[in-house]
Amino acid sequence: MDLILDGIRMAWHLLVTLDKEVLAVTLLSLKVSGLATLISLVIGVIGGTAIALADFPGKRLMVSVVNTSMGLPPVVVGLFVTIMLWRNGPLSRWEILYTPTAMVIAQTIIAAPIVMGISIAAIQNLPPDLRLQILALGASRRQMVWLLVREARLPLMAGIMAGFGGVISEVGASIMVGGNIKGYTRVLTTATVMETGKGNFDTAIALGVILLALCFAVNYLLTRVQQRERPR
Amino acid sequence: MKGKVRFSHGLSVLAMLVVFALSTTAGAASKNLILATTTSTQDSGLLDVLLPVFEKESGYFVKTIAVGSGQAMAMGEKGEADVLLVHSPEAEKKFMDKGAGSSRRLVMHNDFIIVGPAGDPAKIRGVKTSAEAFKKIAHSGSIFLSRGDNSGTHAKEKGLWKSAAVSAEGQKWYQQTGLGMGQTLNVAAEKKGYTLTDRATYLSMKKNLGLEILVEGDAKLLNIYHVIEVNPAKWPKVNSPAAKAFADFMVSKRTQELIGRFGVDKFGAPLFFPDAGKKPESLGL
Repeated sequence: MDLILDGIRMAWHLLVTLDKEVLAVTLLSLKVSGLATLISLVIGVIGGTAIALADFPGKRLMVSVVNTSMGLPPVVVGLFVTIMLWRNGPLSRWEILYTPTAMVIAQTIIAAPIVMGISIAAIQNLPPDLRLQILALGASRRQMVWLLVREARLPLMAGIMAGFGGVISEVGASIMVGGNIKGYTRVLTTATVMETGKGNFDTAIALGVILLALCFAVNYLLTRVQQRERPR
Repeated sequence: MKGKVRFSHGLSVLAMLVVFALSTTAGAASKNLILATTTSTQDSGLLDVLLPVFEKESGYFVKTIAVGSGQAMAMGEKGEADVLLVHSPEAEKKFMDKGAGSSRRLVMHNDFIIVGPAGDPAKIRGVKTSAEAFKKIAHSGSIFLSRGDNSGTHAKEKGLWKSAAVSAEGQKWYQQTGLGMGQTLNVAAEKKGYTLTDRATYLSMKKNLGLEILVEGDAKLLNIYHVIEVNPAKWPKVNSPAAKAFADFMVSKRTQELIGRFGVDKFGAPLFFPDAGKKPESLGL
């Protein structure tokens, strides 16, 4: 128990003194996961809306595939991305293994299905007559889709939060494709694993506390956006 | 349908390339050096001292991938690393025999120790040889934590069981963590079990463990580190100038002094003993 209090105290200390290394690690976490979430947002919402609105044979199968991918194990994603990016792998010419870019790719593969799955559900959950109504009011197809997405923004934002939460907290993929390189690809989760391995539990807890605080801050902002001009 | 999923992943990759095209400079690859090493060099903090010096001197950027020696050599065998810093002599010899490495040089040593709870249920404290200690642990059925990850320490431990003529694998008291040395020590501390560890990791973690050194000093417990350059003839993509620069750096006089001094201020004793240029036989192998 003392250890946890020590950890919280240390987290506070590291934050207040603006410890350079911790700051860099925290910023990288935010950058990598933020970018991955952003890309997932584009892919997930567009893809999810398209799947939800379109009618095609095998749609159920497709939705099942997306829903299953919402639970992709990060280590498995990490392993596949690593093998693809190896010097002697198929995508070796990119030369991005053990870089933040590789981490963004892996995290996008993890987050995109989460955003997409929730987007599909959100759009499908809208009253079915809404589409007809909007079209009947003379909207173009594009306008209709935009209005539907707007109408579903509460659950869509929840999807984005779930996606962000999924990648900021994952460690398996980041450690594999990033390599936990000091000052380069070390993020909060991989640093926590390493400090635990070194037996520096107080530092590990401190990093964990900072991770939670970061998650809270980001989700608080997203929630404010979500709850803005809440539909009555 | 699956095409659509793949398409969207393709999109993501495309978007990222655009985003990062500006940040990754062309030709940066030759400045990068991938060092695959055992966890003990990182967990003990040695690399944190040495790498900044090397990076400053040489201008290379070192990407340290800290894994077990077994995995480090597997990476080397696939040409996925440029240089290795490992401590698993038997496996290293095989690695060299396969032609996977172009040079292998002695860097430093420390020793393995057998640690366990102060209560010492197997009564191994002060036993002279590691083989006898392992026999006693087996006979008393006391919990022993094995790395179980093909690391250098794990390889050494398997050798010790062999010389003790005990087949530990599958026994109830023999538990494999599959984790790094630091985490395995934590598990051993929690379960009040015995384990084999390198001295450096143990000393750097001692404060939180409550495990004591019970057996040490056996010649069989020597822990020897070599630096291996991955063979560029086999893997043309290996950054061999950088690998050579790093290997040269590790055995240079100044680095060897740094290694010898490392940990003295914190632990009162060095964690590693520099050995560059010596013959392995002189260490009692």
